[in-house]
Amino acid sequence: MPLVEVRNLVKNYGKIQAVRGISFNIDRGEIFGLIGPNGAGKTTTLRVLSTLLNVTSGNVKIMNFDLDKQPGEIRKIISYLPEDAGAYKNLTGRRYLEFIANFFESSKKQDMIIRGIEIADLDERIDDRVDTYSKGMMRRLLVGRALMTDPKLTILDEPTSGLDVINAQEIRKLIKNTSKQGTTVLLSSHNMLEVEYLCDRIALISDGIIVEEGIPKNLMNKYKANNIEEVFTKVVK
Amino acid sequence: MSALGNIIRKEIKELLTPQTFLPIIIVALIFGTMGNALQGVQEGAEEPPIIGLINEDNNNLSVIASNIFNKNAEVVFNSTTSMDKEIGLEKIKEGNGIALIIIPQNFTKQILDEKPGSIEVYWVMKGAGLMDAISSSILEYLIGQVNTNISQELIQENKTINATIVLTPTQRVETTYFKGREFTGISPNTLTNMVSSQSIVIPIIMMMIIIMAGGIVITSMALEKENKTLETLLTLPVKRTSIVTGKIAASAFIGLILAIIYMIGMNYYFQGFQMGAGEINLTAYGLILTPMDFLIIGISLFITLIAALSLCMVLGTFAKNFKSAQTLTFPVTMLAMIPMFITMFADFDTLPLALKVLLFGIPFSHPMMAPRALLFDDYLLVIGGIIYVLIFAFIMIAIAVWIFKTDRLLTGSTSKKWKKLFKKRN
Repeated sequence: MPLVEVRNLVKNYGKIQAVRGISFNIDRGEIFGLIGPNGAGKTTTLRVLSTLLNVTSGNVKIMNFDLDKQPGEIRKIISYLPEDAGAYKNLTGRRYLEFIANFFESSKKQDMIIRGIEIADLDERIDDRVDTYSKGMMRRLLVGRALMTDPKLTILDEPTSGLDVINAQEIRKLIKNTSKQGTTVLLSSHNMLEVEYLCDRIALISDGIIVEEGIPKNLMNKYKANNIEEVFTKVVK
Repeated sequence: MSALGNIIRKEIKELLTPQTFLPIIIVALIFGTMGNALQGVQEGAEEPPIIGLINEDNNNLSVIASNIFNKNAEVVFNSTTSMDKEIGLEKIKEGNGIALIIIPQNFTKQILDEKPGSIEVYWVMKGAGLMDAISSSILEYLIGQVNTNISQELIQENKTINATIVLTPTQRVETTYFKGREFTGISPNTLTNMVSSQSIVIPIIMMMIIIMAGGIVITSMALEKENKTLETLLTLPVKRTSIVTGKIAASAFIGLILAIIYMIGMNYYFQGFQMGAGEINLTAYGLILTPMDFLIIGISLFITLIAALSLCMVLGTFAKNFKSAQTLTFPVTMLAMIPMFITMFADFDTLPLALKVLLFGIPFSHPMMAPRALLFDDYLLVIGGIIYVLIFAFIMIAIAVWIFKTDRLLTGSTSKKWKKLFKKRN
């Protein structure tokens, strides 16, 4: 049974149809990528699955919990990292991780914090205030926050957006390792090379509709393309 | 277009939003209503005071006095015997008058005997606000005129009376009736000052707490959005109710700390005023708040603080950033200041109906009105106010939680119905 089941998901903002009836599954331990241009509906889909936005129509189940009826249960098993997320500026990195860990089972709290600090890998800077962090440090802290809770499903919106090559590479490795440890990952990205490297399966989304879905290698073969970027161009055209 | 013109155009376009103008329009409307009401009070003050007059002394000095009253006041009751005092007081109350004046039969004789002639004033006081004191001040002025005219008469007649009596030939013997109680030897102005000394601190404290703590809540919401922490918070395993109540409780705590600091300062400030009132034994007149009264005021304060913060939480969901939070704090500030000024200047009982409705409708008014109401055992107003504010707080919390459960908090979208309405109005 898939960990995530999305059926005919529609999300409207007033008259604007952001997502127009998409369906996909994500299996346990899989890294699933949503790829598409700006305004394609990637972030909206991720926000719906993160319980931030209400479904207009359709059905979403995560670990058999109904998104519409059991958002509280879903919040216990997911972790969401928005594209332009921030942290509380008056806290240190460590205090921020402690603050987040306090929302979870107290028996796991200390392990979570240790794991978060390890993932963030900020050395002694973990005890500095967040407002002194560079963009890369902030993103590492937030990835640490997202992964430390050992979620069943991690939802990452443009996880490496705005980062330099080295920071981006480190975060990709972190995501890959997390997946190996059994966490299911749903991510969105503009970066087709990143997607090719990270994702087990991808869905190409354009104008609120999934236009193609499959294993990156298979898609490249199908469209006789050298990379996912070419696949995407051919599919959209 | 020049660079300067280009910048001006962009700035105006940025500032010309409903968020900028709506608070000002609301405040203008509120001030307009208040102005109309206060104009009514002022017009009332310009009219001759309604009084009753009993003149038992038919000699020349008492005639001078009664002539002044008859000429400058609307005398609704006239008599020549103090046996009619009770009837006179009834007539005054019926005629919405302010006082019954008795000139005793030995009035002229006493002055000529070099003793101040007594003018007995039985005040019928309606409210203990500063504006309520205006009508009694007009009559006090007339009594002053009586004094002056009698002085002139004594000088013209060349009476050989000592200078002190010539300058101050009369003395007032006052009794004030207010809210079913009789205050012997106290004028309405003294009573107003006494009541104010007991009830002026709470409105100021309340206003400060609301402005400070309310600002904290709105800014907190704005910063969650500006620092991009809200989305993360909303995906954590925490109930929306807990987020709303957590923010309210924390702001209430900070607000109370700020209030305590403020109260310490205010306490020193008001000690100066209270020293004057200390000469009168407030307990003897029952003008003292009991521990039970303080408990009720405390409950009223606490519930109102929660209501205010819940309202601020709802407003805070509209804040997009720190700048818009400042704008949203403005209506709350005004809503806190309006009842503070009204309760300072007027008594709830003497306000025009529209202002009464406005004052009761603003939840922040209730703890401000509570001390004065409790001094005169008006428990109905205070308890009714507490219930109203409690309902208001629940509704606001429910609205805030509802907003947290909708997309509105993140998308800022409004329902189609509202959008249509807004389009139609534009």
